[in-house]
Amino acid sequence: MPRFRPPTITLSDQHHAAAVLGGAWLVCTMTEEDVMPRLSAGLQQTAAHADLHWDLSQITALDTIGAQMLWRAWDKRRPRHLVLRPEHEGLFARLEQVSALPIPRAPKPRLTRVMLLGRVMLSFFEHLYDFVGLLGQLALDLLRFARHPLRGPWKEISSNIYRTGFQALGITALVGALIGVVLSYLSSNQLRNFGGDVYLVNILGMGIIRELGPMLAAILVAGRSGSAITAQLGVMRVTEELDAMTVMGIPQGYRLIMPKVVALAIAMPLLVIWTDAMALLGGMLAAQAQLDMSPAFFLNKLPEAVALSNYWLGLGKGVVFGILIALVACQFGLRIQPNTESLGQGTTSSVVISITVVILADAVFAVIFSNIGY
Amino acid sequence: MTDAAIIDIQNLRTQFGRAVVHDNLNLQVRQGEILSIVGGSGSGKTVLLRQMLGLEVPKRGTIKILGEDIHSRQAKHIQYLRKRSGMLFQHGALYSALSVFDNVAQPMRELRTLPEALIHDMVYLKLQMADIGFEHARKMPSDLSGGMIKRIALARALALDPELLFLDEPTAGLDPDRSDSFVKLILSLHKQLSLTVVMVTHDLDSLFALSTRIAVLADKKVLTVGTPQEVVKVEHPFIERFFLGGRGNRAMEVLEQPDQGPVPDHPQQHKEN
Repeated sequence: MPRFRPPTITLSDQHHAAAVLGGAWLVCTMTEEDVMPRLSAGLQQTAAHADLHWDLSQITALDTIGAQMLWRAWDKRRPRHLVLRPEHEGLFARLEQVSALPIPRAPKPRLTRVMLLGRVMLSFFEHLYDFVGLLGQLALDLLRFARHPLRGPWKEISSNIYRTGFQALGITALVGALIGVVLSYLSSNQLRNFGGDVYLVNILGMGIIRELGPMLAAILVAGRSGSAITAQLGVMRVTEELDAMTVMGIPQGYRLIMPKVVALAIAMPLLVIWTDAMALLGGMLAAQAQLDMSPAFFLNKLPEAVALSNYWLGLGKGVVFGILIALVACQFGLRIQPNTESLGQGTTSSVVISITVVILADAVFAVIFSNIGY
Repeated sequence: MTDAAIIDIQNLRTQFGRAVVHDNLNLQVRQGEILSIVGGSGSGKTVLLRQMLGLEVPKRGTIKILGEDIHSRQAKHIQYLRKRSGMLFQHGALYSALSVFDNVAQPMRELRTLPEALIHDMVYLKLQMADIGFEHARKMPSDLSGGMIKRIALARALALDPELLFLDEPTAGLDPDRSDSFVKLILSLHKQLSLTVVMVTHDLDSLFALSTRIAVLADKKVLTVGTPQEVVKVEHPFIERFFLGGRGNRAMEVLEQPDQGPVPDHPQQHKEN
């Protein structure tokens, strides 16, 4: 399909030093392989001649990039001896006009390290401030919900439970069961050394129900639903849906944020139970393979080994983790600016921060409830 | 050369599920003209434009650009064609993560052969062509108004000096004054760069001010193609409603007084949905 001849430069010395340019000086011909370096070198060499006559009348086609190349070779002014085709006159006139315009230099914002640190700190406090605001709004919305429960956003809540809870059943089951198997194998090998095989039930029961079940479920949900919530709110900001809601008088907190928080607060403890069950199942099967411990024995021993308060603790953690994940995700979602980069950044930080917050909360739980359930 | 068809659409059929949008549609775009495509909402103007750009594949039929079927698997010069054509999307479609300067520089940097200093000069040249003050070059698209975004998108579409320029609703969402200057801008660029322009529009003023020919899409095909004067004379209920309503009559005054220049007397903003 290339329909143009490549650009050429020929020097002639008949009456006076002259450069005769020919071919098509178009971006498509100039950017073909090897043409550009040859052309730049040729132009540079040619332009070095003093008082050169430029003959551009052989050029079959010229576009702005071609003209700009020549213009740069001429040091941004018209050479004294120039032969042009009339149709190319306009191009150079425009170039002359543009080079006369001053190009403003953008002042580089220079921040010292101290200022950068200050900015990080300020943005941290800003986050904290917004988060407190979000919590306050949530409390008000919950009050309103409690006062008129029939007019609450039930549909949103149920669809959120379906999406964050039901649709996460598969992944949590898989991960839970595999972790159960791994834990069971690891501990049974160690316990066999002491002849304390029966304590496998204690280790699995306590470890999974108290710690691992809620943690695993929380991390998976933060990755799955936290990111989805942030991205959803972010896209709603980009497409101005959030503004449309405000204009129509639909309260964002009540219709978007509270349903998500409530849904995760309901779905998370259920997911915790499910993950616990799957992990214990995996551990139980691995125990049978490794230690010949029968499932019946395992199930009989479990209530003895793990006090009931541990279950409640696990469920409580589930509720708190769910609320935290939803709040962090909403917080980051609402702060997204209407551009693609901010959307990506916001989603990433939402997941990272919610996992961090969940682990922090878990540590707090461990300290507060250190004498319960043993 | 001026009468050669640069785009040749033959027996095109477009279907979404069971809804047929185009059936047996034929259309030729000649070199150097400004062809406007008009039609009611849902008549498939934008889809047709997207098909010419290779963004959507028609159910049946061929679209040949410079003699090559762009939807065929054997097409060898798609990349070449992409570089030789520019598209102005309805909402600009600027890369929101890049500054104005980088947006316009992007197509040139993508060639990987042009020196950065040349690109720098080219960007300012294109910005000047699109009538954008240089002080906006370092701004981000989210800081700009809709009209600015459109003109910057035009500068980006023109970055590689395309032979073929596609415009999707170029004046929609611009104020009348901006709309007029946009029309002038496209006219002057068309003259200077010997562009072929394919435009989809609802705006009657810019339609009559710009078009060399108008193609009317209705009843799933091209109802008629011709100069604005020819098209308005065709007897068809759609054409009568579209062109001969109150707005149409006002906009058409520009056709009756050719010496008044390309800019209509009654600039008005039309955005029909």
